[in-house]
Amino acid sequence: MPRVNPIDSSFFKDERGPGDFTVIGKTVPRSDALGHVTGRTQFFEDRTFPDLAHLKIHRSPHHHALIDSVDTSEALRVPGVLRVLTHEDVPANWYGVLRLIGIGPDDEVVLAEDRVIYRGEPIVAVVADSEAAALEGASKVKVSYTVLPAVLDVEEAMSPDAPVIKKAGTNYFVYEGHHARRIRFGDVEAGFAQADHVFEWRYSSAPIEHAPTETTGCIVEPKPDGRLLIHSNTQAAFFTLDNTALIINRAPTDLQVKGGTVGGGFGGKVDVMVEPLACIAATLTNRPVKFVYTREEEMQVSSPRAAERIYIKDGVMNDGRIVARKIMLYVDAGAYARHSPYGATKAAAHLPGPYTIPNVYADCHCVYTNRTPSSAMRGFGVTIADFAIESQMDRVARALGMDPLQFRLVNAYRDGDMKAHRKEASGTALIEVIQRAAALVGHDLPAEYQAMSSSTPRGAIA
Amino acid sequence: MSVKIVNLKVNGVDKAFMARPETTLLLALREQLGLMGAKRGCAQGACGSCTVLLDGAPVVSCLVPAATVDGGDVATVEGLADGRRLSDVQQAFIDGFATQCGFCTPGMIMSAEALLARNPDPTADEVNEAISGNVCRCTGYAPIVSAILDAAQRRRERAEGADQEATL
Repeated sequence: MPRVNPIDSSFFKDERGPGDFTVIGKTVPRSDALGHVTGRTQFFEDRTFPDLAHLKIHRSPHHHALIDSVDTSEALRVPGVLRVLTHEDVPANWYGVLRLIGIGPDDEVVLAEDRVIYRGEPIVAVVADSEAAALEGASKVKVSYTVLPAVLDVEEAMSPDAPVIKKAGTNYFVYEGHHARRIRFGDVEAGFAQADHVFEWRYSSAPIEHAPTETTGCIVEPKPDGRLLIHSNTQAAFFTLDNTALIINRAPTDLQVKGGTVGGGFGGKVDVMVEPLACIAATLTNRPVKFVYTREEEMQVSSPRAAERIYIKDGVMNDGRIVARKIMLYVDAGAYARHSPYGATKAAAHLPGPYTIPNVYADCHCVYTNRTPSSAMRGFGVTIADFAIESQMDRVARALGMDPLQFRLVNAYRDGDMKAHRKEASGTALIEVIQRAAALVGHDLPAEYQAMSSSTPRGAIA
Repeated sequence: MSVKIVNLKVNGVDKAFMARPETTLLLALREQLGLMGAKRGCAQGACGSCTVLLDGAPVVSCLVPAATVDGGDVATVEGLADGRRLSDVQQAFIDGFATQCGFCTPGMIMSAEALLARNPDPTADEVNEAISGNVCRCTGYAPIVSAILDAAQRRRERAEGADQEATL
């Protein structure tokens, strides 16, 4: 396949000579392609057992409700149903996927106890001889509810009169005692006062489902020595191993996770959703158990990319310099934390974009609502923040009557600049990338913009 | 519940299995015949990951009751390679980087094989139409379409080569 543009080895002249590129620019066959085209690649579901049992879930039809009673007697009468599991069968029902890196509190239940806080929340697991019997059993579980008002909007959830939906006591994740992951740099209000113009716009995104062709699932096989072998399509084998061990209260050495082949992940197979219940079911029935999401479950309850709402207010001078930027960012974590506190931190780490701005103020909120818990997906935290920042850059440039690339070059960070996180910028290349991109598309830049360089201190030009 | 014995040819070999009314061709292939190439992505006939050929025509095997295929001739991805040599479509998928996660690949390849069997010289539009029931979420459609066009060309060249040999 011809390259769009040949490698410019001058960028790497200090590290390697022009003939020194052994992989870049060469065609290397994929090591897994032969298995894929012959059907020999083994995905987690590509194995079967004569005594395989199937697990299916009875889920909440409500966004927010108290559970008054759960009746599994009819489910147990379905021919082929082996067992039902409720929260009482889960040794450590409360967990949080990030507890492995010391982030708490454990805010999520494996199976609902006295309440449900999102539509699709699992309440009862049904284990049966066949998939059809498990589905029928799950449909026969009777739950009675007292429906509560649902909070479905991030700013509504942050308001003081919003009902608190979490046992943790707040509708937002608490970052070291604070309501948000914050950036305070310079004096943003003084910056606005000094600016020739102030622009503020709002950006928002909807949740995005990963929609892998292979749905989330696992098969757990009890071994003769009492250990459990977990065949999984997880993207995070060690999160799965450790969280499952903690939830089922077994030593990690009792579990073996076999994975690595994922039929589409995109971050959607990072949470630990199916393995703990399948392990409990396999232990209680002493049979291999398969728990795989239906397509409907994959779309409805597997965690999407979070919806975000972002307000950006910029103070700008007539010459295009941004002197103040204030950002209020809301990540809709949905009902439970999962990886969203980390996502909101990544968003904060990404602000105010690759630009040098002397006064920056940001609050990045990780907000809980009665929506499907969101979690990891391809650059989560960063991607939507970038959409907002770069849309803002275009709009401000247009409002000033400036070329959008020149506006970015004026504000681009350079080596030696102090970033809003109080880290000195190094290894920056935004200016060069913009110059190169402009040349490739035939976008003319004036000589003074072509002369800019990431390694020339900003002060030298100003 | 009536169980029916189904006899059929799978990749040229006579097979028999017992089908319940709810047994799909996909589950019979996977769980009774051990052929795991066809995948279950949706079980609703929407994603095409389970595509196999039934009497030469592509079908979504998750929607075909196994009891209805008695006497049929089924081709799956496992039957394409001739000994150690891959089919032209399989080879073109490798050479053209037309795989990513690999989950849609067997179904995609079977749709392509069915197309090339009836139309040796398809246009890109015809290729798009032929794989319109096969979802690739890793969004590799462009290399997949090129790979199928490359495979068509290799097949035509091979056929011409064989004709020349025959006349010599």
